[in-house]
Amino acid sequence: MPARPVPAHRDPIRPGAATPIVISIDGDPVSGVEGQTIAGVVLATGRLAWRRTSVDGRPRGLFCGIGVCFDCIVTVNGERDVRACQRRAGDGDVVESQHDELPEAAR
Amino acid sequence: MVSDVVIVGAGIVGAACARALAVAGVRVTVLERGAAASGTSAKGEGNLLVSDKGPGPELDLAVYAASLWPDLVDELADELGPAFPSLEYERKGGLVVATTAAGAEPLRAFAASQRAAGVDARAIPNGTALELEPWLNPEITAAVHYPDDAQVQPVIATEALLASARNHGAAVRTGVEVTGAKRDASGRLIGLVTTAGDVPAGAVLLAAGPWSGETARALGAILPVRPRRGMVLVTTRMPHRVFHKVYDGDYFGATQSSDAALQTSSVVESTAAGTVLLGSSREQVGFDERLRVDVIREIATKALRLFPFLANASIMRAYGGFRPFMPDHLPVIGEDHRIAGLWHASGHEGAGIGLSLATAELLVAGMLGTAAPIDAAPFGLARASLAPYLEEAA
Repeated sequence: MPARPVPAHRDPIRPGAATPIVISIDGDPVSGVEGQTIAGVVLATGRLAWRRTSVDGRPRGLFCGIGVCFDCIVTVNGERDVRACQRRAGDGDVVESQHDELPEAAR
Repeated sequence: MVSDVVIVGAGIVGAACARALAVAGVRVTVLERGAAASGTSAKGEGNLLVSDKGPGPELDLAVYAASLWPDLVDELADELGPAFPSLEYERKGGLVVATTAAGAEPLRAFAASQRAAGVDARAIPNGTALELEPWLNPEITAAVHYPDDAQVQPVIATEALLASARNHGAAVRTGVEVTGAKRDASGRLIGLVTTAGDVPAGAVLLAAGPWSGETARALGAILPVRPRRGMVLVTTRMPHRVFHKVYDGDYFGATQSSDAALQTSSVVESTAAGTVLLGSSREQVGFDERLRVDVIREIATKALRLFPFLANASIMRAYGGFRPFMPDHLPVIGEDHRIAGLWHASGHEGAGIGLSLATAELLVAGMLGTAAPIDAAPFGLARASLAPYLEEAA
């Protein structure tokens, strides 16, 4: 099942009108609504992975979704290692995926 | 000569012994109360260190163990194939530094004594240390580089040793707790009473780490091994800025102390994933697992002395475990001189991952009556330095 926001008119908790926001993800503008986490906005685009592991370059995205695993970290407005699942998206946020190569000595 | 052995404990020491004995043709059963590698083996940093040991039997054992690891890693990789995870063996080297004026000379003298014992311990100028570790505090007062310090992923290593032992016919039974001994009329140990019934044994090898004391008691023997608690902090992932095992020269003093009160000494290294591990602490508080803020605070504060950049790091989690502490700071490896049929391999304190392979070789030589690769007498339960504790405990 794809990750997607529930349309407001079908949402059983009957929220008030959503305030749209736009953030940029690796340079692409992406729309969301106020209150969503960055991870929520990214997942709604259909993108499931936005980081690679240092050793094998394997894809990582949202794993625990509750701030424990630190797998979903991104750079937000220049601040690195931000947990996408814990940060509310703010209108105009500049989000960049991040990857740290292993140093030569550790290969 | 022993033909079948029941090993109590599926940590790395039990696993290494199981594999070595099974490869030698001995029938092996491993009994483990919890899951494999669920105790001390999973709660450390996977250190294979020669740098933290002064001249003596433990250093001899560590140097011998260091010579065994590279071949073992290759053998296990060949045997278990690409589907088995890598043991993450890495000979990254250790860098030991002094951070005070008073600490410089003792560190250099310690390294000189290790060199005399055959350790590659290179006293290097502070500038060279900063080339090895550009993010290190430039205020260090002395530095020694140990190229032979290495690390391994201890849980994967334990599972790999067990997998190989199984390939050579060993049985590994988890969730089985030993509750008592079966003895014959002469008092010889001939089996174990367990929560899954009686298990006959030609010989019993006790390799239950810090729990070896209570297990020995259940078998009617006194073994003065006690838990010594330690904690490690884990930062969030970050770009790699720590390239060796870097530790404060006062670490050796902490490992060799018998003080029960809290001691901390800074040990910093990064993992392949990009997290940084901050240790270390030592205290004797029984099997108390509670998280303690004062311990965490002290470890974090001391880490900043080595790497000031860590002041901005976030701690993602902390974990702790219990080292099997011996009052004379040497493991017990070999036959019990009081109970026929009982053997020991425990009490390695914080060095059991590295020493496991050497321990296994000594055990195999002892059980099969073959030539020991190094002198096993200093590790015998009957050694003089342990006598007062066997009496006191009795």
